[in-house]
Amino acid sequence: MAQTRATIRKPQKLSGPSFFQQPIHPLSAISIGDFSVAEVRRTLESADALEKEDPLRRAKRLAKRRVALLFYEASTRTRTSFELAAKALGADTTLVSSLSSSIEKGESLKDTGITLKALGAECIILRSPYSGGPYVLARATGLPVLNAGDGMAEHPSQALLDLRTMLQFLGKRARAIGEKCLRGVTITICGDILHSRVARSNALLLPRLGAKLILCGPPALLPETAAAIAPGISIERDFDAALRRSRIVMMLRIQAERLAGLELNADEYRARYQANAERMTAHAPQALVMHPGPIIRGMEITSEVADGPVSGIAQQVANGVPVRMALVARALGAAKGGRQ
Amino acid sequence: MKALLIRGGRVIDPASGLDAPRDVLLRDGKVAAIEKPEQIRAKDAEHFDAKGLIVAPGLIDIHVHLREPGQGYKETIATGTAAAAAGGFTSVCAMPNTIPVNDTPKTTLWMQAPERGASAKVYPIGAATRGSLGEALTDYAALKDAGAVAVTDDGRPILGDAIMLEALRAAAAVGLPVIQHAEDTRLTGGCSMNAGALAFRLGLRGMSVEAESGLVERDIALVRQVKNAHLHVAHLSTKKALDAVRAARKSGLHVTCEVTPHHFALTEERVAHYDTNAKMNPPLRGESDRAAMIEGLLDGTIDAIATDHAPHAAHEKEQEFDRAPNGITGLESALGLAISILHVRHRMPLGKVLALVSSRPAQTLGLAGRGSLAVGSPADVAVFDPEEKWVFRAADSRSRSKNTPFDGWEMQGRVKLTVSEGRIVFRR
Repeated sequence: MAQTRATIRKPQKLSGPSFFQQPIHPLSAISIGDFSVAEVRRTLESADALEKEDPLRRAKRLAKRRVALLFYEASTRTRTSFELAAKALGADTTLVSSLSSSIEKGESLKDTGITLKALGAECIILRSPYSGGPYVLARATGLPVLNAGDGMAEHPSQALLDLRTMLQFLGKRARAIGEKCLRGVTITICGDILHSRVARSNALLLPRLGAKLILCGPPALLPETAAAIAPGISIERDFDAALRRSRIVMMLRIQAERLAGLELNADEYRARYQANAERMTAHAPQALVMHPGPIIRGMEITSEVADGPVSGIAQQVANGVPVRMALVARALGAAKGGRQ
Repeated sequence: MKALLIRGGRVIDPASGLDAPRDVLLRDGKVAAIEKPEQIRAKDAEHFDAKGLIVAPGLIDIHVHLREPGQGYKETIATGTAAAAAGGFTSVCAMPNTIPVNDTPKTTLWMQAPERGASAKVYPIGAATRGSLGEALTDYAALKDAGAVAVTDDGRPILGDAIMLEALRAAAAVGLPVIQHAEDTRLTGGCSMNAGALAFRLGLRGMSVEAESGLVERDIALVRQVKNAHLHVAHLSTKKALDAVRAARKSGLHVTCEVTPHHFALTEERVAHYDTNAKMNPPLRGESDRAAMIEGLLDGTIDAIATDHAPHAAHEKEQEFDRAPNGITGLESALGLAISILHVRHRMPLGKVLALVSSRPAQTLGLAGRGSLAVGSPADVAVFDPEEKWVFRAADSRSRSKNTPFDGWEMQGRVKLTVSEGRIVFRR
């Protein structure tokens, strides 16, 4: 067995920059708000290119590089597509989840991050139940951190794959992404906005591309302050009215796990906010219906709509892999056109 | 203990209204003489040249967490009061949320014992209810005899009307104030910052203004029912609560309040990057509330600046925002912030600034003899340069913890000498 020579450094002065002054790696993807419009365009162009690339060639881009997935919450779509994305680029991946690791023994996020870094991780993909968790990990490790969803705050890769889905529906290419590319397009996000990181990331992205964004839901799940998150956002409590103006509608699940004592009348909710065939036919027969999943069939959306001809839900999932390939490649400096 | 002659300084003693060049002689732990320059002859005394400096009564902080007994890894009475001394403070009132909770004369006495190695006078504040559980009152007379200067369940507000009324009555009977951390915790479960648009954007749950003002209004209504009751509102942070205090005072009730430096220096924007060194309770508020705190300090509604010095270990703060504990350190940055913001920016006379950290807090909690340079009072003195600009560095703090949002801030007004009961406890 090869011997590794440990380097013992002099004790460092304790008065360096404090934890919260540590820099965040610039190739992290923590908030979609940190992506310029040009970066959004480059990322989705890279997704297109990587998707088309010969798989054997593509697998050399990150050959044997180490990517860790650190998941503190259950996830199907996001975890699987990040993992497939990293593997498609040739990276070695390892999954650490809260049920099978020292997380359960009370290890802090900072220490888990330092441990993964010591094991050779060059990039960490984090899902955290806590808003802002990725900043802690990024500061602790200095590594690029990809946010796979943090608490109620953000889900930037979802916003990017949602944008890709919308552009495909509108017949636009990634190259066209700019400050006006969604001009004239009205998008409604309906449901549990308060607890939704998907809603926040989309709200921080879509208006910057020229879209009009309508948020829809009952006051308990959509406070008036939500409209202040970015310019170009309005609130509409009447779902039918919102639908009549929209080319795209994104439904959200009610996050029972985050309701924190809030009580909702399910029947009333369905009556007002469910995407069902009657409502869609009457008010927005041509609209693309999206949903980040998981879907609660019969609650916010019916099977007819979720599985129907205007549903973009499966396309969203499919877009997860190329978009996340682009993010992983970007984080490790191996984006198409970047170094190999 | 050698006598000390502080010469050539400008003495500001808000308690007496004195603001003039004076020499101050401290002998046997007391203020022995204050005379015009060069009038005092004291050959045996050590001399301190205070030319160009302000000589003030030792500062008083009526709201600190010294973490002892029980959490010496965050702070001890020795380290906390060393930080106090470095900030010019000579008296601190220690909150009872220790482990165990300070709800007995025994713990109250333990905190004041010489073995603690304090560099400042420590006034314990006793728990208002046993274990701060909000159920049964502690023995206020016995706590007072042991040295407690107020009762509170700080951090675990007394919500029940009946128990709060009972506390006000029992405290009034023995002449103690009841201090309330005004937060209706039934409305703030899971909240970690101020409610509003920023909390929404950050995906954090927010504490409403009403969760504070509602409890202040409830408490004031109860004070009306109790003769001689004194309610002191801790770390007030909202205009709405301040207005309630202002109105209560106008109607003749004995209601006092304090505000922290961070609530007049910072707004919620400081947490925009999930920096837990700006996480505290009450949370940083919006600009209109911050401006109202300045207003309340200028117009005299606010009785005291108190730091709510709340040390936490680095590993506790280097966590996700929702998981990190509330609180920041404050003893070493308070005077610099008060001078920089209130005196320099808002033109508050230095005497008025000093009153908010000396005579007025002493009066608010009845700290006999403190906060004054009257001849015969304890020789507590703070000497500082009101003009010196300096950069506050958390790493240089005497506190065991470094959790401050003011690391790297340039401030004006720097402590040069602190004397506690005649003993030099800090010198720069």
